[in-house]
Amino acid sequence: MSGRAAEVAIIDYGVGNLRSVEKAFAATGCEAIVSDDARVLREAKRLVLPGVGAFGACMKALGERGFDQLVLDRTAEGTPLLGVCVGMQMLFEESEEFGRTNGLGLLRGRVRRFSKELLVPQTGWNQVSQRVPHALLAGVEEGAFFYFVHSFYCEPEERDVICGETEYGTNYASVVARGAICGVQFHPEKSQTAGLCLLKNFAELAAGER
Amino acid sequence: MLAKRIIPCLDVDQGRVVKGIRFVSLVDAGNPIEQAKRYDAEGADELTFLDITASSDKRAIVSELVRRVADQVFIPFTVGGGLGSLEDIRAVLRAGADKVTLNTAAVVQPELISLGAETFGSQCVVVAIDARRRRVASDAAKGWEVYTHGGRRNTNWDAVEWAARAERLGAGEILLTSMDADGTRDGFDVELTRAVADAVRIPVIASGGAGKLEHFYDALTLGGASAVLAASLFHFGEYKVSEVKNYLRSRGVVVR
Repeated sequence: MSGRAAEVAIIDYGVGNLRSVEKAFAATGCEAIVSDDARVLREAKRLVLPGVGAFGACMKALGERGFDQLVLDRTAEGTPLLGVCVGMQMLFEESEEFGRTNGLGLLRGRVRRFSKELLVPQTGWNQVSQRVPHALLAGVEEGAFFYFVHSFYCEPEERDVICGETEYGTNYASVVARGAICGVQFHPEKSQTAGLCLLKNFAELAAGER
Repeated sequence: MLAKRIIPCLDVDQGRVVKGIRFVSLVDAGNPIEQAKRYDAEGADELTFLDITASSDKRAIVSELVRRVADQVFIPFTVGGGLGSLEDIRAVLRAGADKVTLNTAAVVQPELISLGAETFGSQCVVVAIDARRRRVASDAAKGWEVYTHGGRRNTNWDAVEWAARAERLGAGEILLTSMDADGTRDGFDVELTRAVADAVRIPVIASGGAGKLEHFYDALTLGGASAVLAASLFHFGEYKVSEVKNYLRSRGVVVR
């Protein structure tokens, strides 16, 4: 590795295919790298926490590599963090998936399952209604569509972290942020223009920025 | 609100787009990367690649195609056609596909659905069902049967029951093709679509028979489909994806 810190490092903890996230950043002109090297992750200017599948399995895989503590340390320093899909859910305190599983607890609140009345997982393009303004959504149109695939959703305890809401049976938080700690329930890397715009915004977030 | 999806399908052989009419004749329809980019620009919600390459280096050919598409297209895409093992699934997902479709392999080894779902998540596993209306006139024998091997072999399985079982095994979506309607451009089999949509709690993608704008509307409303898939109609430029969406929007259907 060169000594130069990565603009964006995507945390590789053995879950899912991260190539599409890397390619999407590249399309916005940002050089993002996928890494499982703690040194690289400790130096990167911004971190992306991806996640697919089960919440518990993701937390376990993250913890086995010691990356849970790494994420807590880096965010405490003010390093911008973007949790994507289950990566967003992991920012919260706990999930009700398979009983109760603890999350990172960076944001207060829990993760709940969609009602059995709905087609689950929610699969497809849904709209984000913007709430508390944040630089992450700069230039993103009100009501823009993003691509979602998920069975669980986040229920923040503090309303002021909700930057975007989406309606699927209920109105739930689909974009959250507190300072430079951000999370999106959809897949920006699969959400065409709107998704690329959001990734570009993230790649331009400075430490501790709001 | 969650939007209904329009999905162009590219049938690919040896890295080129082709399209079968009633599963037989093939007409060259061009370069898959260029077509993928065109559909992306026109507002396609997803893309599906059905690979029909029959050669020993199939896996390498498909992975290379998937990689090239993933570099340039930022919407979800699905790859299917002859995937028969967990390793086949892993190879296309690793190359950058978001989902796979399992058709014959799912019938031959239904446990592959569960294995795929447990390993990569249900959202990755689309079970493709080629269904044909039973030819018998009596009421007792009504319904649709599942065909495999590109529509050549009748399993005698009931399509609606198979869809429900596929869901229980872990499928995240059903890609439902009416063999009777496919290539006719007379419209989707709305009755089949509705029967399957009512039997499962996962999205159903209706396929086969799109010819007019109202056909899409019928499948998404009367048929209860979450998405519609079409190939030749888009390839040969009769309709653009954006025209289909404008039409659906004008009739009150939520589209992106």
